[in-house]
Order: sequence, then C-alpha cells, then structure tokens
Amino acid sequence: MIFKVITKDEFKKFVDGLAEENETFGPKLVDTRADGTAIYDFRRASCFDDMDLDYTISHTSIKRFFLPFRETLSEFNFSGDDWEQTIEYRNNPRAIVGVRACDINALNILDRILMGGEFPSPYYIARRRNTFLVGMDHDPLEDCFCESLGQHLVHRGFDLFCTEIDGKYYLKVNSAKALAFLRNVETHSPTHEEDHMLIERKKALKASFKAKVDVSALPSVLDIGFKHDLWKKWGDKCLNCGSCAMVCPTCYCYAMEETIDVGLKTSKKERVQYSCNLVDFAEVAGGHNFRPLKEDKLKYRYYHHYRGFAQNREDPICVGCNRCGRACLVGINPREVINDLLMESKS
Amino acid sequence: MKYELTKQDINTEPFMTKPPEFNRKTVVMRTDKTYKCEIINILELTELEKLFHLKILDDAERQMFDFRPGQFVMVEVPGFGEVPISISSSSNNKQYVELCIRKAGRVTDVLHRAKKGTRVGIRGPFGTSFPMEAMAGGDVLLVAGGLGLAPLRAPLFWVTEHRDQYQDVHVLYGCKKPDQMLFTYQYDQWQSVGGVNLHTIVEEPDENWTGKTGLITDLFNDIAIRPDHTHAVVCGPPVMFKFVCIHLDTLGIPMNRMFVSLERRMHCGMGKCCRCMVGSTFTCVDGPVFDYWSVLNLKEAI
Repeated sequence: MIFKVITKDEFKKFVDGLAEENETFGPKLVDTRADGTAIYDFRRASCFDDMDLDYTISHTSIKRFFLPFRETLSEFNFSGDDWEQTIEYRNNPRAIVGVRACDINALNILDRILMGGEFPSPYYIARRRNTFLVGMDHDPLEDCFCESLGQHLVHRGFDLFCTEIDGKYYLKVNSAKALAFLRNVETHSPTHEEDHMLIERKKALKASFKAKVDVSALPSVLDIGFKHDLWKKWGDKCLNCGSCAMVCPTCYCYAMEETIDVGLKTSKKERVQYSCNLVDFAEVAGGHNFRPLKEDKLKYRYYHHYRGFAQNREDPICVGCNRCGRACLVGINPREVINDLLMESKS
Repeated sequence: MKYELTKQDINTEPFMTKPPEFNRKTVVMRTDKTYKCEIINILELTELEKLFHLKILDDAERQMFDFRPGQFVMVEVPGFGEVPISISSSSNNKQYVELCIRKAGRVTDVLHRAKKGTRVGIRGPFGTSFPMEAMAGGDVLLVAGGLGLAPLRAPLFWVTEHRDQYQDVHVLYGCKKPDQMLFTYQYDQWQSVGGVNLHTIVEEPDENWTGKTGLITDLFNDIAIRPDHTHAVVCGPPVMFKFVCIHLDTLGIPMNRMFVSLERRMHCGMGKCCRCMVGSTFTCVDGPVFDYWSVLNLKEAI
C-alpha cells in the first residue's frame, strides 16, 4: 500500500474530476426523521459539493450497488415450442465516494462468500470489479459497535481510503488506478509527523466507541444455548418483517422469482434480496415449514451473523454498524440480544 | 480523460462461451446457465408421482454431465421457476437423466402437465453423494419411506451394476398405502436380475394388498443385519429416518456408516441463497447426503 497526504482543496478537485468523468455516487441528505436526525443515503452525485461527506452513516448500506434488491439473472425468449436463455453481466464502471470502514469490511466479507469458495458469482464479480471505492473514516455514533468486532479499521477492499488529520486527508492508496488518478492533483508523501497524527487518530477513534459488546465467546455460547428460552422472549417481540436484512451490509440471502412477460414472448429470472425472518423462508413444497416459529427465524439470523457458516470460515459476518438495531420497528437491538445471551450463559 | 474508469467486461472472458461444469465448484462459470433438455419420456408412477426422462440436447453438455448417486439437479421450467430434484437414474446412463417428481407445488404442477417433447432445463449436478466405493466389500441396507425411494434408486442402480463388489443387499421400502408405491414395475427385475432382497410394507393396506402391514421398522425383524459389515442408506420423511437411524444405532451400525439424504427449500443449489440451511450447514453443498453423526450435529436437522 502507498501512503499520500492531500489537502482538502486538492481532494475536492480529485472528487470533482472523478465525478465529471464517471458515474459517481456519494452520501446525500435525503430526509429527516421525526426526532430531527438526518437520514443519509448514497445517491448519484455530480461533483464534490453535491455530496455530504461529513455525514454520519447511510441508512442503507452500499450493499445494494453489488447485490441490488432485484436483479435479473437471466432471460428466456420463447419461440414456438422452444426457448433460448440469455445471460449478461452488468459491468458499467462507477465510483462510490465516502464509504465508511465498516461498509468496506462488509464488502470484504461478501467478497469471500460471493467471489471465493464454491460457485463464485459472476454477477457480483462484474459489479465489484467495476466499482472504484473511495473510503472515509468517521467518528462513531452512540450505538456503533464495529470496534468490538474489529471492523472499525479497514486494510483492503478499497481503491483509496481517507483519514482526516489536521485539516488534511491521509490517504491509503490501494490500487494502481487510484495512484494514477492522484497524479492529476497535488499530493505529498506523509511526513514523520503526519504518520504520527494518523496513529493518534486511530487511537482516538478506538477510544471513542461507547457501545461495546463481547463477542469472543459467542460461537460456543450460541452453540450451547441453541434451545434457550430467551430466544422465545426475543422471538415474541419480532414482527418477521425483514427490515433488518434489508439495511444490513452483509445479509445476502435471496429468493428467485420468475415472471412471464405479458406478451408471453419472454420471461425473466430474478434474484430478490430476502430475509430469513420472513415467514416462508424455509417452507418447502407441500407446506412443511422447517422454521415455523418466530424465535426459530430470529435465532437463525443471529446464528448466521455471530456464529458464522462454513462458507465464511465460520467467522461472524456482522460488522457492528447497528443498522438493523436502528431499523427494527420493535426495538430489537443486536447488542441487547447478545448481552442477554451472555448473561444467561453465565448464570 | 484524466479520471476515466475503464470497463472490465466480464462478458468477454473465456468462461462465457463454455458450458458451465458444475462439478468444478471453485472456477468462475455461468452459474445460472441451464442445460436445455427435452422430455423424451414420461411414466406415470402413481397419482402424484411421474418419472421424467430428460435428454440434454447439446452434445458437449450431455457428455460433460456426470453425477454420482445421491446428487441432485435444479430443474428449470422457463417462466415458472426452478426446483431441486434428486436424480433417480443410473450414473452409467449417459443418454438421459431420470427424475421422479411429485406434484407438490407451482413448478412441479406445470411439469405434471407437460407432454413428451417439452423443453425444460437442468443445472447441476449439485451436492454430496453416497460413498459407493467405500461401501464395497460389505452388506448394503437401503431403507426408503414413500418418495424416499426416488433418491435411493441411483445407489440401487450402482449396486446392481457392481453387484460382485457387494455382499448381501437389502432394500426395505415402506409406504402409507399400496397405491403410493413407486417403481412397482421394477421390483421383480431388482430381485431376479439385480440380486437384491426387497422387503415392502404398508401402513394402511387395501383389499388387494397381500404383503406386510405395519411400520418400516417392523421389517428389521425379517432380516439379519451384520452391524460391523453393513452400510445403511436411509431416505424418507424426517420422522421415518429418525426412527430408522435410532434403530440401526441400537443394532450397532457405526454412525459414520449410516447415510441420510435431507430435503430443504432451495433457490440456487450453490450455497449462496442460504434457503437450505440446516444449523450452520448448507444442504446443497455440504449435503444432501450426510452421515448420521453429522446429522446429529446439525442443529435443526431432526
């Protein structure tokens, strides 16, 4: 990795140039909640001033750029008694500016699942390869707990990552593309003092997390506590609406839907983001549901997130952004569920 | 152009022109490309089940298609959807694939209305298989309940085709009613030509039924099992395989020599959609064939 330091004015020029020549997305203020807090989301941006780069956190994650809510996987064209299948991978280049460390870490987790292992997904690979990511760190919100999961710092998976030091940006340059683009603006190699400031910034960031959760013992606690009563307590609260999975940066479970065009000439096979909390997630033909109870479904999501699956080397896939906790309509917060579980296992 | 991002077009890469080889799990391929097949024959087995013979139309794809007993395919009916179906044919049959399909939902309902000559698709094979080579040298016990005979027909074909490698082979098959029994036309052939001992039982006999009545576990009284020489394969509804496995366990058959095939909802077959998760294991890539020890370790299996 190459390190550079850039002034804010030069960085503005860099982003303006990037946005002028490419389809570029950045954080924007899109709405305000009833309590007055801002809602940010990634939208198409035309220049630096069009973005709100001092945003807190986007309401939904950037997952949807790689795993859109609805994506056509293939199409069938009918003619007579025959059909032909066509598959095309979407790969328009684009840039996303201002992505938080936890979201890039979430992408790294998705990379491992969707680009590696068994049956790599060409749909995901095409989108990932054609996305230029500029990351930016931020001060955590009251309820962010990414530090507990070791996801508050990011070391790979981006093209450029900016950390603010003394009115300037300390840049981690992680791709040849990014380095080439930076030649268009003025940067300098970090001085010893600037290196030191970066370390101080990292220390301050680590110390600023108020929300903490102990996840070290979770895999075994989850395994042992599989039939625990507390799942019923939380399951009874859950509405099975699936909001948590929609805002989660790592939830990738999906459903396939096939629809025939009204003209009966073509049909589409679409991948639709799904949630394991939705009622028919594990229902098979004939009507048997392998997870009939609300607690079964809720528990399963916690299992996937904190115990991990073999596909993910059994590591937790949660990055601690707490989007699900904020989006939950009945106030189910992952920290509270985990603490509850840990308390029960100790008693 | 100082900041232009160049397009990296995956659509021009070599894998796009090759048929996907699903047996090579780790390479990038067109995972959603389905092999086009023609239904060349349909046999009506019972009121609810039909046996479909599917021939892959493309020669290269047909030659590439190679499966092991116990694996499954995703059957695509364009416009309607995709369903996981275990393969019922012999792995030696390179001409067509036999699939025994129960009319149970949207896609299978359409399949049951399909006529000879209809073109559908298959992707696969997917999943784990029965370790047929490891079973060689000893006795084989195949226990099926209801539709569970469909996935067991592939290992049964294997055993009859390699009959000299196995000692005693017993097939125990139980159904609710006599008219639900599958592949009845082959029973004589299995016994006389295949050298297989077939034992059947039904729970609710009708007036024409002359065989045994009772639960599948009753059949164990009829046969002598040598626990240290036997591999067992069990397939059927969860309640059934649970009781059968418990019984076999008490007889002393080691847990890693008892195999079951699980059924779950599936949308991809490739360990991506997570619909078929059992505990923390995918039925589609880590299963559907599990040994009994693994099943006991799966949180939600039984």
